[in-house]
Amino acid sequence: METLSITRRLDVKGFNCPIPIVKTAIQMKQMASGEMLEVLATDPGSVPDFNAWSKTTGNALVEQTLEGGIYRFILKKR
Amino acid sequence: MSTTLTQTPSVSIEEAMQQTPPKLEPKLVIFAWSGELDKIWPTLILATTSAAMGQDTTVFFTFWGLFPLVKNEVRITGENWMQKMLSMMNRGGIDHLKLSKMNFVGAGPAMMHSLAKSHKVASPAELLALAKEMGVKLIPCQMTMDMMGLKREDLIEGLEEPAGATTALLAAQGASTLFI
Repeated sequence: METLSITRRLDVKGFNCPIPIVKTAIQMKQMASGEMLEVLATDPGSVPDFNAWSKTTGNALVEQTLEGGIYRFILKKR
Repeated sequence: MSTTLTQTPSVSIEEAMQQTPPKLEPKLVIFAWSGELDKIWPTLILATTSAAMGQDTTVFFTFWGLFPLVKNEVRITGENWMQKMLSMMNRGGIDHLKLSKMNFVGAGPAMMHSLAKSHKVASPAELLALAKEMGVKLIPCQMTMDMMGLKREDLIEGLEEPAGATTALLAAQGASTLFI
């Protein structure tokens, strides 16, 4: 199992499409390959969107959880 | 009924199967023809998302679509009375857009902005700034600028050089295209 060492965090709680993805892409641009980013969101549409974004960009969606109405995505930079 | 082929293909089926088509980098080109709030908004949502997905993204602003690129503080544009009248009737600027329906002399857009704010939906102005930040190429249509009397200094900063249909169609080669 991969150890999760999250180096960056992004809080887009409350924000709607397309801000969670757009802000994530901007953040990921500044990261090195292999670095992990944790994104917190409340938009239910972000679940399919983060999966689709991961698929097209090749940045792995390592983990996604929902707790207390907050979606948590862990992404690993390609 | 069967048809006889007179020409034999130059490559065998096995060879053809092995040939992979050239991999095209995903690209998106949007022709922004409409200048209304409810059309420019999705245009900018799609453009920023496309850039976020790593796609080469271009928006070509033509006809009414050019007016959202006018600086908010610029009120009257054009040289002759027709162009000036046009800018009076159709105020430019990303913060002054009208709705294509339920405009109600500006009450509709005000309500829409209020709804967007309460639902934390980014405004067209914010999305336009993000589009520039993410490297979306924003091309103003030169012909529209000439015809409608819009000068380069009437338009916001951070745009590509004004260009024509050929530039837009060249960018559109092998790209997904939308006309909004």
